[in-house]
Amino acid sequence: MARIDLNHIRHAYGPNPKSDKDYALKEVHHSWEDGGAYALLGPSGCGKTTLLNIISGLIHPSHGQLLFNGEDVTNLSTQERNIAQVFQFPVIYDTMTVYDNLAFPLRNRGVPEAEIDRKVRETLEMIDLASWAKKKARGLTADQKQKISLGRGLVRSDVNAILFDEPLTVIDPHMKWVLRSQLKQLHQRFGYTMVYVTHDQTEALTFAQKVVVMYDGEIVQIGTPEELFERPKHTFVGYFIGSPGMNVMPVKLAGGMAQIGSHQIQLPSPAMPVAAGKIELGIRPEYVRLGRLGIPVKIAKVEDIGRHKIVRTRLENQEIAVIVGEGQDIPAEPHVAFDPKGINIYADSWRVEGQ
Amino acid sequence: MEKTWNNKAWFMVLPVLLLVAFSAVIPLMTVVNYSVQDTFGNNQFFWAGTEWFEEILHSERFHAALGRNLVFSFIILAIEVPLGIVIALNMPRKGWGVPVCLVLMALPLLIPWNVVGTIWQVFGRVDIGLLGYTLAKLGINYNYVQNPMHAWFTVIIMDIWHWTSLVVLLCYAGLVSIPDAFYQAAKIDGASRWAVFRYIQLPKMNRVLLIAVLLRFMDSFMIYTEPFVVTGGGPGNSTTFLSIDLVKVAVGQFDLGPAAAMSIIYFLIILLLSWVFYTIMTNYDAER
Repeated sequence: MARIDLNHIRHAYGPNPKSDKDYALKEVHHSWEDGGAYALLGPSGCGKTTLLNIISGLIHPSHGQLLFNGEDVTNLSTQERNIAQVFQFPVIYDTMTVYDNLAFPLRNRGVPEAEIDRKVRETLEMIDLASWAKKKARGLTADQKQKISLGRGLVRSDVNAILFDEPLTVIDPHMKWVLRSQLKQLHQRFGYTMVYVTHDQTEALTFAQKVVVMYDGEIVQIGTPEELFERPKHTFVGYFIGSPGMNVMPVKLAGGMAQIGSHQIQLPSPAMPVAAGKIELGIRPEYVRLGRLGIPVKIAKVEDIGRHKIVRTRLENQEIAVIVGEGQDIPAEPHVAFDPKGINIYADSWRVEGQ
Repeated sequence: MEKTWNNKAWFMVLPVLLLVAFSAVIPLMTVVNYSVQDTFGNNQFFWAGTEWFEEILHSERFHAALGRNLVFSFIILAIEVPLGIVIALNMPRKGWGVPVCLVLMALPLLIPWNVVGTIWQVFGRVDIGLLGYTLAKLGINYNYVQNPMHAWFTVIIMDIWHWTSLVVLLCYAGLVSIPDAFYQAAKIDGASRWAVFRYIQLPKMNRVLLIAVLLRFMDSFMIYTEPFVVTGGGPGNSTTFLSIDLVKVAVGQFDLGPAAAMSIIYFLIILLLSWVFYTIMTNYDAER
């Protein structure tokens, strides 16, 4: 297993990138710990797969260096980097048995047969397919095939990292839970460095210790699920994570107060650093209280989703979503109040630090 | 719900039945009709029973033609299938080369059979043909009109030129349908070029290869026009395949009875061999 250093990496698919727009991946400069479980989360086209392919060596970055345990691997081939990857669609060798599928990467590396047998049996136990060893791989279900893909990585004890490219896309919902928890167990038991690409926030938040949120070719925030929820660094993180996402509204700041239209809101700390640019206030629906005190709003829609209700309210031209408990009734003259600990201030979409 | 049981649905298949009757059953039955009768002209027919069939099955001329067909089909399959796979593997997967290669590959397939025959007939001529003339200048005594080996060589090369493209295009279609992830996974697993071919490309081409072999076998077994135009079945009878022989009997000698019996035997052989091929290959497929 290895620590992964992404050293000022940038990538453009076109030949002569000039402006920032030409880059599918803008400057990425981070260090990922040995044995960490990272999820790359973001919408389609945000560059997360590009970043994964740079790590696996399928793409050579236009600029920058990639280090595994401090060693420069930028110019090494996929094979030499010694990583494992599980793809979106199960990749298995149809004509081989489950056993031979797992033995394949070892045989290609000229490992002695006795050693192969030991490793393969061990891995079959780990991925829970021991009783399927002699079966042809083609007849298996999608989740079993994905386990074989994973197993072909696990069977090599010296892999630097295991990469997952949206591996649960084709798996039935109930099997997703099972596979995800098995993955987590494997990670906890054996301490693999894992990088997991997904556009599904639940998947990312349950799998990873650190979630790397990407947007428009950039890493906008790396943090624990809690950090992403409480203190989104970018308004995008605010509304991409959470259901519904964070309410973001333009405000004017003046003397420890935020002004929305004609209403004033008390900020948590009066010593707010003055920031230039477009100022916005972000607050998650979980921190908005609906009651008889605060700012008067109109109710546009109530969505009852079972465990709670989502109330879509309107404050002048601004929509504010509020999460209300199942049992709580909605007042006839509704007002909203913002819990100060849930308020974040953004300047040009980036969170103003030191609030 | 109560189910209604009656046979009215059979009326639904009536149009298809009529179509099949007029397109296949009735023409085939006329041939069957001729095959069991003898005629001396004047539209007078006499019952002959299985006489023609027995005669054909015991005729050395038929055996020789059948043997030539089998050898021919075997040779062209043994060359065209591997060659087609090799060409398909080496064709570009993206960029401007793709349409260029596809058009080049499709060209021979678009040329009518008799034109292909004519092209090669002229191409191989020692006096004016590019191939024949060049070979003659190189001191090789090439003459497909007189030398049976040269005639076979010409007919086989012509068939390879005409039909390898079909195998190439089918294999290529099989190859491009393999998702990139397979190649990437193979790289990660450290697979050699041969292992990629053996465990990814070949299994994925399996089905199209089956179709390619079947089509090429049936077509080559029924070959008529090209050798007829190039060699006319000669020199001697050396390139007289079953189809050419059949036309000689039916049109040349106007022996309707033997010709009809021969057609039926010919048809049954193709049917049988295609079935055997198909069964062997699908069983092999299922086993793996």
